[in-house]
Amino acid sequence: MTGFLQNTFNGLVSGAFYALLALGLAVIFGMLRVVNFAHGAFYMLGAFGAYVLLTEAGVPFWAALVIMPVGLALLGMALERAFVHRLTRLDPLYNFLLTFGLTLILQDLVKLRYGVQSSPYETPSALNGSVDFGLFDFPTYRVFILGFAVAVCVGVWWVLTRTRVGMVVRACTERPELTRAFGIDVGRWVTPVFGFGIGLAGLAGVLAAPMRAVNPLMGADLIIVVFAVVVIGGLGSIFGSVAAGFGIGLVQAWGEAYLSDFPIISQTIVFIVMAVVLLWRPAGLFGREEAPA
Amino acid sequence: MTSTVDTPAEAAHPARSGLVAVARAPGWVRYALLAAGLVVALWLPNGLYPAVAVDILCWALFAVAVDLLLGFTGLMSFGHAAFWGASAYVTGLVAIHVGLPFPLAVLAGALAAAVLAVPIGYLAVKRTGIYFAMVTLAFAQMVYYIANEWRSVTQGENGLQGVPRSFFGLDLTDDYYFYYAILPIVLLGLAGAWRVVHSPFGRVLVGIRDNPARARALGYPVHRYKLTVFVLSGFIAGLGGGLFAVGHRFVSLEVLHWTTSGKAVIVVVLGGIGTLWGGVLGAGLVIRLEDWLSFSGFEAIGLVTGGIFVLVVLLFRRGIWGTASALALRWWASRRR
Repeated sequence: MTGFLQNTFNGLVSGAFYALLALGLAVIFGMLRVVNFAHGAFYMLGAFGAYVLLTEAGVPFWAALVIMPVGLALLGMALERAFVHRLTRLDPLYNFLLTFGLTLILQDLVKLRYGVQSSPYETPSALNGSVDFGLFDFPTYRVFILGFAVAVCVGVWWVLTRTRVGMVVRACTERPELTRAFGIDVGRWVTPVFGFGIGLAGLAGVLAAPMRAVNPLMGADLIIVVFAVVVIGGLGSIFGSVAAGFGIGLVQAWGEAYLSDFPIISQTIVFIVMAVVLLWRPAGLFGREEAPA
Repeated sequence: MTSTVDTPAEAAHPARSGLVAVARAPGWVRYALLAAGLVVALWLPNGLYPAVAVDILCWALFAVAVDLLLGFTGLMSFGHAAFWGASAYVTGLVAIHVGLPFPLAVLAGALAAAVLAVPIGYLAVKRTGIYFAMVTLAFAQMVYYIANEWRSVTQGENGLQGVPRSFFGLDLTDDYYFYYAILPIVLLGLAGAWRVVHSPFGRVLVGIRDNPARARALGYPVHRYKLTVFVLSGFIAGLGGGLFAVGHRFVSLEVLHWTTSGKAVIVVVLGGIGTLWGGVLGAGLVIRLEDWLSFSGFEAIGLVTGGIFVLVVLLFRRGIWGTASALALRWWASRRR
């Protein structure tokens, strides 16, 4: 029982990263119809940025947790203005290719400067140690990640559904022409929303730095799993993306714990789930049916 | 996904111009191009390192396989490394353990790739557009993880070493002769792709690409057509991957990596989507460029490939062949007026 609870908790923690990344992807996709391949690269930049800030400027974790997401959001907005924006009227595949190219560039820039080896990042001292849950202890830092990620997801949900800004963004997402007819400048919201999604990726990266090895390739493999997550959840649905993120984290953790004799299955369980979902509900668990093709 | 993205009018697929252009070029131009292409293919290992020329042939097949889907069916597979790599592994294993002559080993590899393409294609064609790209990418990653975990067969990170080039006792260890040994297989593969595109089946594919709803209304089983071309494309990519394995006498996990899938797509886009010739040209350029970069000691090849990606997508979406044929046709039309 204790083992099961521990696995479940670990699953929720890795699910928190999937959820944050999937949330950013879904927000960007909703507004721009762009699937951002570079999302993983921005996650990596978030972690790497935190590492560089700490080792070269002595900036602590808490400051990095603010600086990196904001900085990356600005970088993302610049990239949206410079490149992404030119292609949003075309087939979404072009922006997928564009952001793929950006991924290769960002990765190699970091690789050139810092090499491919992983660097450790100290857990901030306030979050050292562990929390006693009665049945088992759990590292404080992981508890913090889970709480923080859930708070961010709830916060984004609250902003989108309960505030005026969120109302405008949802309107722009669902009926851009009609929203424009109501006198709202839809184009003005595109860049900030893109930046916001990138900022979420950066945030996930900073959170990951003390827990996972920081290296230039840490985002690349992760983003492909996140793609599977959003296919499972349905990319059009923000709730679906977040729920699928946590769900996949759980399934993966349980798979690793109870199917450890079958590494091939436990390593690929995400993709197996995706195959099942495609058979059963091709539009994703929470997605709407797309036009027949 | 809402319906707006999937309607063909908004999708504005770039391939149309290319196909029309090729179809409209006068006959003697097409024969002259074919002859020129053959001359270049026969001369290639005299002008380049033969090993590089071998790579170009393999990648030409790979690119044409991706173009069959991207250019002629409107499906962007971002996971074709699964078929290229699976065939490379099967070819390598067959060549090492069974000792078949290399063309038969490659055939076994390509057939295995085609078999693998059946379930992946069956699931992937349930989605279209950007989702198709994500689903194929994810399944290719699954194949990558399986190869990585199944060390008893694939040797994991060490890779398959010493894939033989056995061919009825002939000595093909020199890349120069090996190039000419595989050239007929590659030409057969390319001719097969050409045949598919210019068959009634290929016309239906183009119809599906341009307007899936209309193709369905006309009674064509769209999913089955897409699956069929997906499997054919997997087979051709497998031919390339198998030859690549024999050419390098070594198979590493890199053949299954997502960067390999992405490179195949950019080779096609650079050459020109929906032109077949463009994929061959793009393969030649990209492989040559990478060889030159690694020869000159430049380490960050991804910087250059990524840069090509960004520039081509922003400024040069028709690709080399698409742009050239559009210019040539305009010139041709103005002369006749």
